[in-house]
Amino acid sequence: MLESFIFSLLNGVLYGMLLFMLASGLTLIFGMMGVLNFAHASFYMLGAYCAYSISQYAGFWGALVLAPIVVGLVGALTERFGLRNVHKHGHVAELLFTFGLVYVIDELVVLLWGRVPVDYNIPGILDFTLFSIYGSDFPAYRGFILLVAIAMFGAIYVLLVRTRVGMIIRASLSHPDMVGALGHNVPRIFTLVFAFGTGLAGLAGVMAGNYFITEPGMAYAMGPIVFVVVIFGGLGSLGGAFVASLIIGLVTTFAVGMNYSIADLLAGMGITFGQDSVLGVDLSRFGLMLPYLMMVLILIVRPRGLMGARES
Amino acid sequence: MKYRLHLLTRAAIALAVSMAFASTTALAAKDTIKIGLIDPLSGPFANIGDLGVKGFTSIADHINEEGGILGKEVEIVPFDNKGSAQESLQNLQEAADEGIQYITQGLGSNVGNALVDGVEKHNRRNPDKRIIYLNFAAVDPALTNEKCSFWHFRFDANSAMKMKVITDYMADQEQIKKVFLINQDYSHGQFISKAGKELLAEKRPDIEIVGDVLHPLGKVKDFSPYISQIKSSGADAVITGNWGNDLALLVKAGAQAGLDVNYYTYYGSLVGTPRGIGEAGKGKVKTITEYQENLAVTKNLSDLQEFQENFEEKYAPLEFNVLRTKTEMEMLAKAMEKAGTTDPLEVAYAMEGMTLETGLGKVTMRAKDHQMLQPLFISTLSEDYEKYDAEGTGLGWKTNIEIPADETAVPSSCDMERPPRS
Repeated sequence: MLESFIFSLLNGVLYGMLLFMLASGLTLIFGMMGVLNFAHASFYMLGAYCAYSISQYAGFWGALVLAPIVVGLVGALTERFGLRNVHKHGHVAELLFTFGLVYVIDELVVLLWGRVPVDYNIPGILDFTLFSIYGSDFPAYRGFILLVAIAMFGAIYVLLVRTRVGMIIRASLSHPDMVGALGHNVPRIFTLVFAFGTGLAGLAGVMAGNYFITEPGMAYAMGPIVFVVVIFGGLGSLGGAFVASLIIGLVTTFAVGMNYSIADLLAGMGITFGQDSVLGVDLSRFGLMLPYLMMVLILIVRPRGLMGARES
Repeated sequence: MKYRLHLLTRAAIALAVSMAFASTTALAAKDTIKIGLIDPLSGPFANIGDLGVKGFTSIADHINEEGGILGKEVEIVPFDNKGSAQESLQNLQEAADEGIQYITQGLGSNVGNALVDGVEKHNRRNPDKRIIYLNFAAVDPALTNEKCSFWHFRFDANSAMKMKVITDYMADQEQIKKVFLINQDYSHGQFISKAGKELLAEKRPDIEIVGDVLHPLGKVKDFSPYISQIKSSGADAVITGNWGNDLALLVKAGAQAGLDVNYYTYYGSLVGTPRGIGEAGKGKVKTITEYQENLAVTKNLSDLQEFQENFEEKYAPLEFNVLRTKTEMEMLAKAMEKAGTTDPLEVAYAMEGMTLETGLGKVTMRAKDHQMLQPLFISTLSEDYEKYDAEGTGLGWKTNIEIPADETAVPSSCDMERPPRS
């Protein structure tokens, strides 16, 4: 029992951290610019594919540095020549723009890299067992993912809260005119924020692409759950995204390990149901539905999410 | 005003072009045999549909080079069903409107079930424009049992046959003591879970089923919690009907956690999967198929090797490993030649009980339920392969055992209604 608890804890934290790497960029862009970027997971996919291509020449470490920069550049161009023009037509136009972008990036990836998954692997130097507990191995690469995610959280936090750049960025959102009057180029700040956010998605892609599989469906698979994290944690709140990622990672992982049903639980209390009824279905089969259920519930009870700053 | 004129001229041009186009297709229709291929060409499973189009087109080209069927050219007409049963029925209607009388489909038994109903209905209403449905991969046993139809022919071994063969093989492996079943939570996975448990209990009562898990289809990103379960259960073999990423991610997560089990899979060699699995599957992933590329080497089939190599040259990194699609087209050709016509009713009767030599052995289209019986092979993804590796992974499929066609058969409850011949 303790054994499976420890495993679920480790797995849950890791999955949560991966989610956070993706969600941080999304929540940042929303928090700073008010743009809900539907294409965020597509930038994540782009990050994985860029990492694959770059790692052919510069190795994994080169890819780790360069791929997020490339994705960030693509993000900057998207903001400068796409979103900025759409921005004046309001939020619906922005939403539709990023929605369209999802398909454009999807098709581009298929055109450039094909439909078959690419052979993007964990670097040899990180391909060993960090430690073993109860006979199960904990791979070093997982430890590395955890490390990167925590470093990322720290770096973003310091950048936004402790530096002048962060102050200007935050001020640009709430008082754009004032910041502009003080001589700062507000549109350029927005471009930078968007580039930074998409770059973070790219970094998540670099880290997850070889851990999972780099294939054209990966954006589609990750898109919905990232939104759940961001909404659950509170749109725009970095701390919220962090907590929500961990909660969702842990809940999904623990639920999957539960091989008993609500009916079993009730049977323990002396109430019996047929095993064929809905209550007789193993909890593990509900595991992946729980995050969505949690999102619906939090929208009802606390619409701004766990730590969301605004009501809307 | 200028704008309107513009619009009118454009409309006129469009009309002229489409009429010209329509007349050429009408002309072409007379001396081509069109086969509608209904599979997902967009969305998450587009890679599988795409491979189907390329495979069938190559086979059709091959047949055409050899003089076609009854002197007519074969043409593959792809329809995108987006993976949906509903869309597939619309595709069926479109195909019928184009005068297509042969359709083929593979991905998804939900689509297969809808198409069987759709074709039955269509053929009742349009006895002069009947359609035959050639199924190359929808493996729900129902399609050749309670839902069997005279107009449906299945060229892949169905799920019950594959499970029979897998459990026969497992029963012979003395070292297997504990088996874990993990499957996708829908009809296909549920069937495997049920049939696997029943057959193992019958053939090797000493084998302990240490786990039986269903997980959501295509939604799991991180399989580590499931791997922990398998690991703590002490299983030495895993049976799974998972396909696509659900299989690749499972095996990858297993390798990362140092899980040492053999995976008995249905779809280990499906397009994209060997690449997704990579090194993690070395010596561990077994699959049951009617073919894998290295069989052309071990069986000395130089024509097939040439076909495969041409295909790979043209479409790399895609590979041709679905021999049953080639068998399907060859059997259709043979049935048309035998019937001396392309009329679906006559062709369907000709195909009943028909046999064909594929190089791997004799295959038979069983008349009772229109289920093809063919030799099956269990192979392992291994470093020690004969010639062709799988998707450039440096690992290839190595045959463990060959199961003759008659040993793959399972009884059918089919009692189909045969239309009268004129």
